[in-house]
Amino acid sequence: MRTLRPYLPVLVLGVLLALAPLFVTSNVVLNFLVFTLTVALAAQGWNLLGGFGGQFSFGHAAFFGTGAYASAIWQMQLGFDAWTGFVAGTLAGALAGLVIGFLSFRAGLRGSYFALVTLAFAEVFRVLANSSEVTGGAAGLLLPLKIGAENLQFADRATFLGFVVALVIVVLLLVQWIRGSRFGAQLVALRENEEAARALGVDVLVVKLKAICLSGAITAAAGVLYLQYFLFIDSGIAYGTWISVEVLLAAIVGGLGTVLGPVVGALALHGVGELAKSLAGGLPGIDLAVYGAVLVVAVAFLPGGLVGIVRRRDRPRPVRDAAPVEGEA
Amino acid sequence: MLTVDNVTMRFGGLTAVNDASMQVKAGSITGLIGPNGAGKTTLFTIVSGFLKPTAGKVAFEGETITGVAAHRLAERGIGRTFQIVKPFAGLSVLENIVVGAFLRHPRRPDAERLAAAVAEKVGLGDRLDAPASSLTVAGRKRLELARALATEPRLLLLDEVLAGLNPSEVRDILPVIRSLRDDGITILMIEHVMQAVVSLCDEVFVLAQGAIIARGTPAEVVADQKVIEAYLGHGAAARLKGGEAADA
Repeated sequence: MRTLRPYLPVLVLGVLLALAPLFVTSNVVLNFLVFTLTVALAAQGWNLLGGFGGQFSFGHAAFFGTGAYASAIWQMQLGFDAWTGFVAGTLAGALAGLVIGFLSFRAGLRGSYFALVTLAFAEVFRVLANSSEVTGGAAGLLLPLKIGAENLQFADRATFLGFVVALVIVVLLLVQWIRGSRFGAQLVALRENEEAARALGVDVLVVKLKAICLSGAITAAAGVLYLQYFLFIDSGIAYGTWISVEVLLAAIVGGLGTVLGPVVGALALHGVGELAKSLAGGLPGIDLAVYGAVLVVAVAFLPGGLVGIVRRRDRPRPVRDAAPVEGEA
Repeated sequence: MLTVDNVTMRFGGLTAVNDASMQVKAGSITGLIGPNGAGKTTLFTIVSGFLKPTAGKVAFEGETITGVAAHRLAERGIGRTFQIVKPFAGLSVLENIVVGAFLRHPRRPDAERLAAAVAEKVGLGDRLDAPASSLTVAGRKRLELARALATEPRLLLLDEVLAGLNPSEVRDILPVIRSLRDDGITILMIEHVMQAVVSLCDEVFVLAQGAIIARGTPAEVVADQKVIEAYLGHGAAARLKGGEAADA
């Protein structure tokens, strides 16, 4: 029982999300949820590396796009089916993670240098996808419409939402498990202090590589979802800066290095964005302006993100009370 | 247990450690003392695998470990603390120690049990859930010690764990260090607090300007003319002797 307790918040959120496809009928809301949860999934991938591991990537589009393109090419050029395409896309993301991680972490890149290198990788991929024949060049790839569960295309948006929700829950449970595991503890340790972690026997390079592979795989899975839902990608969508920024914002606003943060952050950001759009009556770019404002507020007043608001209250002992006791010792 | 053979470390034109040799016997508490800037911490950094020496050899339990990565040495049984404490500030005291405990205990319940026991030993037993950032200097030094101990080392390198503590805090932690030796852990410690060196160490090496200038029991070393001069300047030993003669 004790070991199951940490999973409770994930399960509660999971049940809430799972109820959505059953009760929501509005296509607008369903659309909103599918898109937002796809971003949330990608954000959880970013959060694993950036939030838990402290390795801030500015180029997670590299993984999102690789997942989407790999699956599209798998189906269209190689003629395989969508489900194995889902697996192939996810694995391609892990592979991209391994390559980018090996090149940058082995060279000892950290902090802003690592961030810049990931940004550069995403841009290189975007330019390549834009000019290469196999990715459809600037025209992009249009996945043929073949509705049917075997093709991962559903006539009913609610069914697709159910699939997305299931995937989000699986990933949240995975991240919750990682958090309590040795790998998770080592990942957080190297975020806090790499030298101290090494002294405690943490193989920093290996832990970082594991993290970026997993991170790449999760974000790539979100890329595949995007492809299967919208059935179209081009280099600006799949490898565009927008997704790199979205995942980073969702994780930071929701709560860095928390299990629920990315989902909460994505829902809050997109919710506020949609609200602003409808209230401002189609003023172009208003949702982006709101994003910016929310980010500034979150960084300034919510160091633990939205999830941190709840967390702060159940901290067992406030720092202030404890200090004098130690002083007497 | 640990042998340092003719180790030299140069940073560009600066020779931090110059042809230093020392031995640490299994089951002992060995001290490494010397004036500021003598190269003590550099020597530690080499022994613990964070730096590869320019020349020379380090051997642990008979096997050469020169240039072996720090995390591998931790696996082999060399633990270290840092002079400038490096707590995982965002984590609780228990979580800090658990990271060390995970080295030999891959399952969390086992690691947590060990971490709690180690915390109890160093006197952090009642602060397990406190954030590491809330600890005082003394608390952080204890945390450094606890984390290193959680890796279950056979050789523990302590880099000034007593520096910055007040006399009563020093008095509290001395028995802890002594009990570690009784548990079978060999200890090599850098220390400036002479009271601690004299009361703890079986053997002391003195490093000055990168070279070992003396070795012996604490009493022998403290009386050594070269050691006194290294700390107080050339001719100091003679002047001290002269002063004693005048008093008598």
